[in-house]
Amino acid sequence: MSAPPALEVRDLAVEFATDRGILRAVDGVSFAVAPGRTLAIVGESGCGKSVTALAIMGLLPPHARVSGSIRLAGREIATLAPEERRKMRGAEMAMVFQEPMTSLNPAFTAGEQVAEALRLHQGLSRREAFARAVEMLAHVRIPDAARRARQYPHQLSGGMRQRVMIAMALACRPRLLIADEPTTALDVTVQAQILALIDELKRETGTAVVLITHDLGVVADHAEDVAVMYAGRIAERAPAAALFAVPQHPYTVGLLGAAPRLGRAAGGRLASIEGAVPDMARPPPGCRFAPRCPFRIARCAEEAPPLAEVAPGHASACWRAPLERILEAAA
Amino acid sequence: MWIWLARRLAQILPTLLVLSFLIFGLQQLMPGDPALILAGEERGDPQVLAQIRAELRLDRPLYEQYLHWLGSVLTGDFGFSWRIRMPVAELILEKLPVTAQLATMAFLIGALIGVPMGILSAVRRDRPADWAANAVALFGISTPNFWLGIMLILLISVQLGWLPPSGYVPLTEDFRQSIATTIMPAFVLGTNIAGVLMRHTRAAMLTALSQDYVRTARAKGLPERVVVWKHALRNALIPVVTLGTIEFGRLLAGAVLTEQIFTIPGFGKLVVDAVFNRDYPVVQGVVLTTALIFVLLSLVADLLYMAINPRLRHA
Ligand SMILES: Nc1ncnc2c1ncn2[C@@H]1O[C@H](COP(=O)(O)OP(=O)(O)O)[C@@H](O)[C@H]1O
Ligand SMILES: [Mg+2]
Repeated sequence: MSAPPALEVRDLAVEFATDRGILRAVDGVSFAVAPGRTLAIVGESGCGKSVTALAIMGLLPPHARVSGSIRLAGREIATLAPEERRKMRGAEMAMVFQEPMTSLNPAFTAGEQVAEALRLHQGLSRREAFARAVEMLAHVRIPDAARRARQYPHQLSGGMRQRVMIAMALACRPRLLIADEPTTALDVTVQAQILALIDELKRETGTAVVLITHDLGVVADHAEDVAVMYAGRIAERAPAAALFAVPQHPYTVGLLGAAPRLGRAAGGRLASIEGAVPDMARPPPGCRFAPRCPFRIARCAEEAPPLAEVAPGHASACWRAPLERILEAAA
Repeated sequence: MWIWLARRLAQILPTLLVLSFLIFGLQQLMPGDPALILAGEERGDPQVLAQIRAELRLDRPLYEQYLHWLGSVLTGDFGFSWRIRMPVAELILEKLPVTAQLATMAFLIGALIGVPMGILSAVRRDRPADWAANAVALFGISTPNFWLGIMLILLISVQLGWLPPSGYVPLTEDFRQSIATTIMPAFVLGTNIAGVLMRHTRAAMLTALSQDYVRTARAKGLPERVVVWKHALRNALIPVVTLGTIEFGRLLAGAVLTEQIFTIPGFGKLVVDAVFNRDYPVVQGVVLTTALIFVLLSLVADLLYMAINPRLRHA
């Protein structure tokens, strides 16, 4: 038997009680990531990417109700006591956030903030931890790391702060790194550097990476596998190459429609598809994409399609998959 | 930063100058002729009155009186009290430690109650502990000091006989007695400070706890205790410290009513007595000293603000 995946999520659901009723932000999401590989989660804003990430980390606010299974290297963590879960954060799994400008504490130096994780999880002394932190900062290619370690976040650029965040996340060599749109707030050249850095560290340490993005260009260049999310559910899940070659969900087809030169053009953002994302507090019955789908049939509005394999390792939640025949007929 | 400090210090003198002018000017509006009051029994004798006026320079033009006073003050001479034959500077130096002791104790009580209560109520937002803390703060802020003072005297001194109702023993004389005579007024003043500090701490903590860096701290696996007391509090304290310094200044400026009620011979009592007796040099001296303390404390507040806020330190 092969080793268990670094992360395996099954039937993950997250509900928020809001004044407009129960909001099911994530609804039956399943995926797995092997050590040393990157899974990209793509989808429009509000489709539940961050909530999925925070649910895995156990960082959702107390009013969130989480169900389903989350396994880290085979160990079920969804049912762990909060205190046990806490000890895994920063040690076994770590997260880098979208906003490097505000994610670091303005009152402490970069070095202190990296060292803190090392003192906590590896029991290093203050001095040892700081020395290790400087090494980590050098490792994520912060020039003059010893000096930078003694500086406060406001003295660092956005790209450098995100490097500090990565150093902090990887300091204790976690099995899993979740990067939630880590480069959205950065300018293009810095984006490329940060993503290359994550790739390199992943190869070096064998960390599994969940890379959340809404940039298909990023997916093509940095991920082995992709999960496309729509309105809280996974629409399609496949190896990146297969997804770009033969997309099996109309939503993916729509997304790819406006991203022609994948991975190369800077305009690799998601296409705008006609219609609007459904109201998550009152989702339509059946397939959630049906109201916007050019391929819909009567069944789509009645019954939600399950995520089913159409090819080995390639799953789509669409009654009309495989789509090749329809696409050929249309062409 | 040094330029800033120099500029800040340079502002102090003009500020005090303007203040001295205001103090002197406003005082002229006080009704009542000091000479009449000082003459006492002999107030019917025009010769005595003229003599008093000449002695106190009350017969000179106002601008001359002002310049004379200002000139002496600048050389450190606050003049003589007209009433009690004592140098004003000496009176001030005698009363200041009393008020300083009272203010310090009140501030400690206020901070030790208010800050932790504010933190607790932010962490337990919208739960019973938060409601209770808010009720206590409201009580502290809205209860008039004179009323609370009288109630405490009635309950603790008169009914229970635990503490002396009034009077003051200096710290240097008898530590325990000194604390016993000041703890009640300090508590009365402290409840007020506690309420103000609690509200500000709560607001600042709620802001801090909702920041991204708090989520980062949690993502690192830090225990909630460290997240709250280190990562959030460190940032929340920045505005609270500034406010606290100003509140301390308010305490020093005289808890007039509270000192009266507990007959604590501090600044508040000194200035009230002086006003009633038209003892102008004392009123002027005390008010000017208070103003000076205030100006210096606001400088301290700014320095503290810089010291705990790295964004300013390295700007
Ligand atoms: N703490 C919360 N309370 C209530 N609703 C939330 C909360 N966090 C996220 N949501 C809702 O969950 C849905 C998914 O959000 P999110 O995962 O942040 O989207 P994205 O895919 O852009 O990261 C959104 O409709 C959002 O409004
Ligand atoms: Mg998001």
